[in-house]
Amino acid sequence: MTALTLTNVNKSFGKVHVLKDINIEIEEGEFVVFVGPSGCGKSTLLRVIAGLEDASSGEIRIGDDVVNMTPPSKRGIAMVFQSYALYPHLNVRKNMSLALKQEKQPKDVIDARVAEASRMLNLEEYLDRFPSELSGGQRQRVAIGRAIVRQPKIFLFDEPLSNLDAALRMNTRIEIAGLHAQLGTSMVYVTHDQTEAMTLADKIVVLRDGRVEQIGSPMELYNNPANQFVAGFLGSPAMNFFPAGLVTEGDDRTMGVRPEDLYLADDGALSVHVSHVEKLGGDTNVIAKLGDQQITARLFGQHDIAEGQSLSLGFDADNAYFFSPEGARI
Amino acid sequence: MNQARTNPLNTAAMHGALILYTLIALFPVFVILINSFKTRKAIFREPLAMPDADSFSMIGYQTVMKQGDFFLYFQNSMIVTVASLFFVLLFGAMAAFALSEYRFKGNTLMGLYLALGIMIPIRIGTVAILEMMVATGLVNSLWALILVYTAQGLPLAVFILSEFMRQVSDDLKNAGRIDGLSEYTIFFKLVLPLVRPAMATVAVFNMIPIWNDLWFPLILAPAEETKTLTLGSQVFIGQFVTDWNAVLSALSMAILPVLVLYVIFSRQLIRGITSGAVK
Repeated sequence: MTALTLTNVNKSFGKVHVLKDINIEIEEGEFVVFVGPSGCGKSTLLRVIAGLEDASSGEIRIGDDVVNMTPPSKRGIAMVFQSYALYPHLNVRKNMSLALKQEKQPKDVIDARVAEASRMLNLEEYLDRFPSELSGGQRQRVAIGRAIVRQPKIFLFDEPLSNLDAALRMNTRIEIAGLHAQLGTSMVYVTHDQTEAMTLADKIVVLRDGRVEQIGSPMELYNNPANQFVAGFLGSPAMNFFPAGLVTEGDDRTMGVRPEDLYLADDGALSVHVSHVEKLGGDTNVIAKLGDQQITARLFGQHDIAEGQSLSLGFDADNAYFFSPEGARI
Repeated sequence: MNQARTNPLNTAAMHGALILYTLIALFPVFVILINSFKTRKAIFREPLAMPDADSFSMIGYQTVMKQGDFFLYFQNSMIVTVASLFFVLLFGAMAAFALSEYRFKGNTLMGLYLALGIMIPIRIGTVAILEMMVATGLVNSLWALILVYTAQGLPLAVFILSEFMRQVSDDLKNAGRIDGLSEYTIFFKLVLPLVRPAMATVAVFNMIPIWNDLWFPLILAPAEETKTLTLGSQVFIGQFVTDWNAVLSALSMAILPVLVLYVIFSRQLIRGITSGAVK
């Protein structure tokens, strides 16, 4: 069953056309990540789904109901914000139970759901604290708990990890993945971080300038990007692009090779000049100049490469992607 | 930088300047207070001397208590000030919320229009206001004063509060909307507590001119039962004879309530600042 269907959704702020003909289907229980550079409209799209912004045209369906005219609280959604957005004057317990009180749920139901959510998120000992007395990670867990107690049809996450430090981000990411496995509810997750997208998603929606560039599973997008933008956006370090003419004489296409597909070869196709080396222990990232193009190679293991040195890099022809000058995949 | 901040000489100079300023600001109040406890002769013989056994007298306070209904004046001033502040803060905050939160046509224009009042003194319109009050039968009622003072305070209140409300996190308001709170609940329960320091600032700015005003009480509500404290004190100032004991005593007593209100608001101010510091 489909949990959420967007049909030809458009959104304009005055003359600025932010979302252009968005068509997305989200299945029951699916974890979908909207990813794209800042300003691509991903957060606006999430707000349109939540009902915080009205779509200028198009249809939004949650389950079987068209919800274009339904207020946010009646859509059966719950949202987690980047800035946590906890109510500063309420303690953790009241923060989590407020929505249920608004729905006029009986007290024992409220207590049971808050207890269940706080057990899942290890928040039991903090229930009587105020948001200002919690750390960033705890606050984000309260925000997630506030969403869980509502038992929504769809969870919406708006860059929930951006305010956390790196170590906590990873832990919380794993917690969210665990939560999804446990609850089995559809989740829509917005981020600009492609690692979060790759690790969490069942399905990734790549957006650029208010348009959907490609929809697919993480590996589909990684192995078979539809265009140069998607190819460059997913994967870390990003895919290298250079004129194919550098390899084959007279070829006017753009060639793309992922840094992890490059290897040291004595008679490799690419002769480069090393400008910087990052030694990570397990990997060595070599940043080099190919003519005036910058190339990154991710070499497995430890290598003794010095800055300023010349290097010959090779790749398998199967791992090369070709794009037209307009950026379409060929 | 750090050294400059902890330099004892700088610290001393800073405190010296602040103490000097405090002394200058408090001196007139101090003179009024000490002289209100002296006999008439002593006031003129040595205005700056402290009251001693010889010159001490409560005659001023006795006169004030006997003549006119001073507690009524007190009560009138209190009602007018508190009610005006209440309406200024309520309507000012509501207008500011609408201006900062909702996108509608003419939003900026409306904001400018509402702020225009800051630049135009309301007293210019006294004659028109008087005519309106006569027409509506509000002359010689406290409502006349409350309405005028509310109008007088609103422009600045809207201006300051809308600036502060823009800083309240959108996510917080949206979280409230998703949790099913009404716009009114969002306004009263989420936004107002967060702009409390701004509310206190607006209250303090408006309170003192209202309490001290002589102009509008004299014109709109000069009747005995609606006199405010400032207007009531004027009976002791005559064209030829002024009862200085009474005037000074009345003024000393008039300071007290504002002082209490001020302490209440500045508490809010400090509490607001510290609660805002922890995000």
